[in-house]
Amino acid sequence: MAGAMAPGAIAASPPASTLRVFAAASLSDAFGEIAQSFERSHAGTRVQLNLAGSQQLASQIEQGATADVFASADERWMDDVRAQQLLAGPDTVFALSRLVAIVPRTNPARISRLQDLGKRGVKLVLGARTVPVGQYSRIVLANLSKLPDFDSDYARRALANLVSEEDNVKAVVAKVQLGEADAGMVYQSDVTSAVARYVRVFEIPAAANVLARYPMAIVSGTRSPDAARDFVALTLSPAGQEILKRHGFIPVPHPAP
Amino acid sequence: MKPRATPTPASGGPATLFFLALAATTALVALLALPFIGLLARVTPAGILVHLAQPQVLVALRLSLFTTLASTATVIVLGTPTAYLLVTREFPGKRLLEVLLQLPMVLPPTVAGFALLMAFGRAGFAGRALDVLGISLPFTTLGVVVAQVFMAAPFYIAPARAGLGSIDRRYLEAADTLGAGEAFRFFRVMLPIALPALLSGVAMSAARALGEFGATITFAGNFPGTTQTMPLAVYMAMQSDLDTAVVLSVLLLLMSFGLLLGLRSAPAGWLGIQARAGTPGSLSAR
Repeated sequence: MAGAMAPGAIAASPPASTLRVFAAASLSDAFGEIAQSFERSHAGTRVQLNLAGSQQLASQIEQGATADVFASADERWMDDVRAQQLLAGPDTVFALSRLVAIVPRTNPARISRLQDLGKRGVKLVLGARTVPVGQYSRIVLANLSKLPDFDSDYARRALANLVSEEDNVKAVVAKVQLGEADAGMVYQSDVTSAVARYVRVFEIPAAANVLARYPMAIVSGTRSPDAARDFVALTLSPAGQEILKRHGFIPVPHPAP
Repeated sequence: MKPRATPTPASGGPATLFFLALAATTALVALLALPFIGLLARVTPAGILVHLAQPQVLVALRLSLFTTLASTATVIVLGTPTAYLLVTREFPGKRLLEVLLQLPMVLPPTVAGFALLMAFGRAGFAGRALDVLGISLPFTTLGVVVAQVFMAAPFYIAPARAGLGSIDRRYLEAADTLGAGEAFRFFRVMLPIALPALLSGVAMSAARALGEFGATITFAGNFPGTTQTMPLAVYMAMQSDLDTAVVLSVLLLLMSFGLLLGLRSAPAGWLGIQARAGTPGSLSAR
């Protein structure tokens, strides 16, 4: 994260222009592919992805980091940046995602259904409250508590099992994937093929799930407004949406601009 | 370690050398000091007090103090004999061991935390054995202490070795001549003489433990009251509550500064002990 803020980065930038895209950690793989596709169609422009928890990206932009595009995992941090008048225009929702619960394949806590997250002694790992996925997880737990086949104090018991609050969703994935945590909640899109070998997925009933909305916007003060606009357009285009879909996101149909 | 009076050009070198050295020092001091000034400039004593009263700050402060005390005590108890053996004995593989003992100083802390997970995590080979004993390190305060010991021990061992290794051989020979056993020689001769160096090591390793971040969050996780030490609390607060982050940072800064200043410079004077380092006959297994 320090690298993104280093003032030296300006001097070090090559003659070819660099587009700095600040993207939520959950977008790592999908945006990696979109960035590649962008570089292919924009010779001479290099896309530099800065991937971290959305709250951290927002904080970096507010502290003066050089950014061209901001893609957040929720609208809260987009609004936070807008409130500081740091966006060049309106934001657009470009993808949706749902939450799932994951447990290690070894399943040390013998979790066989979502209800078991409230079982005594389960080591549950979630994103911190400031991280979008952490906020969503808490909403989902509260929603589940209202369903007939869950206890009304399910959320309270599950949160009592919380052993760590991670600073981004990929850290939650890692703790479960390594078998350290008994369970975690992440985006469906985080269960990539590399992760799926190590974890078991528990779907969350639609009635209790959230539809995470991913907005993106051009950051004011961008030095490459045209490239930034093109990057947003590519993400919204059928090709970009196809990439997002392949990585487990729910595409958002957009009329051609 | 002992600050000297400003060197004068008269001492031999040309004046330009002195001014170059002065310019270099100024640049380095500016780089090191300006960030601290930047932090301090953002708080007022009243602001610190207001934020100190926040439960999250107090909880992190208490956990940091407790874990740093525990890890420093562990480092002293395990590190002193290690330094003693390295100074007094030769054995095969000693150079490898020395490098191993320095490794955590240069390892990225996140890598250290990851390596700790591989060994002492629930799925790690040593972790499985601990699990049988009912001991679990990830997500526990004990795990924080282990991460701190891992990262801080080299900072104690290096000065401890230097201190124990540079004791004038004549003192040790005198002890031997008088029929003192190894234990007497260590506790009554070596330890008192090397004490300033040992205390300087205590300060270094305690300060390192206090500031530990990467290995802790990777290995032990991040939960208020259990594993969220002050550096972790700063990191989390930085993303949501900048004022609290600044206050926590300033507190950490003052504590580390006090630790280093207090334990590194004072002891020789307090104890009336004079360390004789670097004399030609000094004991060194190097």
